[in-house]
Amino acid sequence: MKRIFEKFIESLLTLSGATTGIIILLIVIFLFREGAGFFRHSEIESGYVLCVNEENPVYRLTPKQIKEIFDYEIDNWSLVGGNDEEITPFRISDISDYYSDEELGENNEFLPEKLGEIIAATPGMVAFIPEQYAADTNERVRQLITEKLNPADFFGGDTWMPTATPAPQFGLLPLLLGTLWVGLCAILIALPLGLGVAIYLGELADEKIRNLLKPTIELLAGIPSVVYGFFGLVVVVPFIQKTFDLPVGETAFAGSLILAIMALPTIITVAEDAIRNTPQAMREASLGLGANHWQTIYRVVVPYSISGISAAVVLGIGRAVGETMAVLMVTGNAAVIPHSLFEPVRTIPATVAAELGEAPHGGAHYGALFVLGCILFLITVVISVTAEVISKKQPQA
Amino acid sequence: MNSHLLKQNIAFAIFRILGLMVVSILFWILGFIIYQGAGVISWEFLTSAPSNGMTSGGIFPAIVGTLYLIVGSSVVAFPVGILSAIYTSEYAGNGNIVKFIRIMTNNLAGIPSIVFGLFGMSLFVNTLGFGDSILAGSLTLGMLALPLVIRTTEEALKAIPDTFRTGSLALGASKLQTVHRIILPMAFPNIITGLILSIGRISGETAPILFTVAAYFLPQLPHSIYDQVMALPYHLYVIAVSGTDLEATRPMAYGTALVLIVIVLIINISASYLRKKLQKRHA
Repeated sequence: MKRIFEKFIESLLTLSGATTGIIILLIVIFLFREGAGFFRHSEIESGYVLCVNEENPVYRLTPKQIKEIFDYEIDNWSLVGGNDEEITPFRISDISDYYSDEELGENNEFLPEKLGEIIAATPGMVAFIPEQYAADTNERVRQLITEKLNPADFFGGDTWMPTATPAPQFGLLPLLLGTLWVGLCAILIALPLGLGVAIYLGELADEKIRNLLKPTIELLAGIPSVVYGFFGLVVVVPFIQKTFDLPVGETAFAGSLILAIMALPTIITVAEDAIRNTPQAMREASLGLGANHWQTIYRVVVPYSISGISAAVVLGIGRAVGETMAVLMVTGNAAVIPHSLFEPVRTIPATVAAELGEAPHGGAHYGALFVLGCILFLITVVISVTAEVISKKQPQA
Repeated sequence: MNSHLLKQNIAFAIFRILGLMVVSILFWILGFIIYQGAGVISWEFLTSAPSNGMTSGGIFPAIVGTLYLIVGSSVVAFPVGILSAIYTSEYAGNGNIVKFIRIMTNNLAGIPSIVFGLFGMSLFVNTLGFGDSILAGSLTLGMLALPLVIRTTEEALKAIPDTFRTGSLALGASKLQTVHRIILPMAFPNIITGLILSIGRISGETAPILFTVAAYFLPQLPHSIYDQVMALPYHLYVIAVSGTDLEATRPMAYGTALVLIVIVLIINISASYLRKKLQKRHA
């Protein structure tokens, strides 16, 4: 009886041991399943088609071309491989310019037929109309071929406009670059600061100061990110706007500053651990050879603990790349490719947080946000593994 | 003074200034929030619901919501986390399984909180059909807290010297008896400290609850675990960025930030106080 009980408890423990693995597996399955859904959606809004006059030699338009046509940026078919003819974009709401409500019938029963007439009469027209109407137009109307959203457009696209009609733009580049700009700049600020404090704590500070500073830094790590974001919003953002005389203070730089403060505790703690792990014998040998304390630090201690310090940097980057709320609140959230640090940017996590609430469940936009989640997930896994590998190289004291 | 000494003095001065800077950043942030928020805090602010489009009233539903989420995610994370840590440190030995579990735990700890939010929304809210609810939010937050619970518990268990294990086994106790009667009671103080710290972490998280539980405005308190709740971090976020009249909601935001910080600080400080006190007793 007792044996069976012990066996039961042991298997329960084993099962719990597997939990983290199972959770990661579940995360992978659900993120990638929802993300894969994205690539099953059509390039244009579902339930709609693009129709042209059958004499038009163009059979296919890319999502980017469609967007530019409907934004009146491309106005001639010759620019997209057709005849030299003006493009007339047509949305279903434009029908009132052509026919009155009476002519369309009480329940719009004549609408498809009239649509057909308009398209047949206008050789340069491209019409964005519901699928059910397109079938009942006439033989002089041809539907453009639309393909599924493809990874090349997603990963290479330079426009992120997920709610644009007729063709939403899902281009990763602005978000990816925004994330990298903000993250890397944050590390550039945090690294010298964090390393300096780590050396101070590990080598210089006496026990009393250390016992005071360490908990303080832990407290810094404990402050919720949304509070950092709020602080950034009410203090850092106006400060940056005034100092650099900018139209808006919500910039990549504001995000970097806040992220740097948030990454500091991680960098300091990990780097300090590495520094303190340097064997006392090495320090004493260096001092015994006549080197002073500072020379010992930068010639012996820092090189010795370099892998631990690198791990600190990598973990700091991980913290910075994945941080959501603080960045969302201070970077201004403009999904455009940044040209300087003093422009609004939008990062990958901020995009997910800002848009998931409005993206209809199961739609292309919803799927795209999960693809972003997958990318974040992969980035952090790479970072965790890198940090692990680097810190393994640290010679053990 | 020779140039080496000069260099050393300059370098050390810089390090001291940097150390001072980091501390002053912390006190600047804390001081600012306390200074701005202190005037807002009143009995009414803590015990009434928001009113007039978040420009007056209080944050009572958000405080209660955060407490519910803390309790809910603790129920999820604590048992599993502690059992998992007992397995890896006492049972699994030193083989590849432990290495694998440790890598998985580290990875889980490194995953950004917004990814947990996405995952929670996909699995709990949509696939399992819990909807936006305390249940979905607690499960999501619980998963986020899990690696933290495992790590701290494992450290607590590792701190017990092996002589106690071998001694107990030599007296004829079984492995389970050793863990139950010797190891766990000894590690208990440190385990509790770790658990409190993970509560501190959970209470401030915003991104995982955005799409799994948080409500913008909900004056009544939840009736079941299938209800939505307001939560302090989310409340601070929405009134800080999306109010119709930002000037009028600012004081509310300062007050909310202060309450949130105070809760988190109390949790963290009590954890380190507990650790110190209990360590002394053991030493």
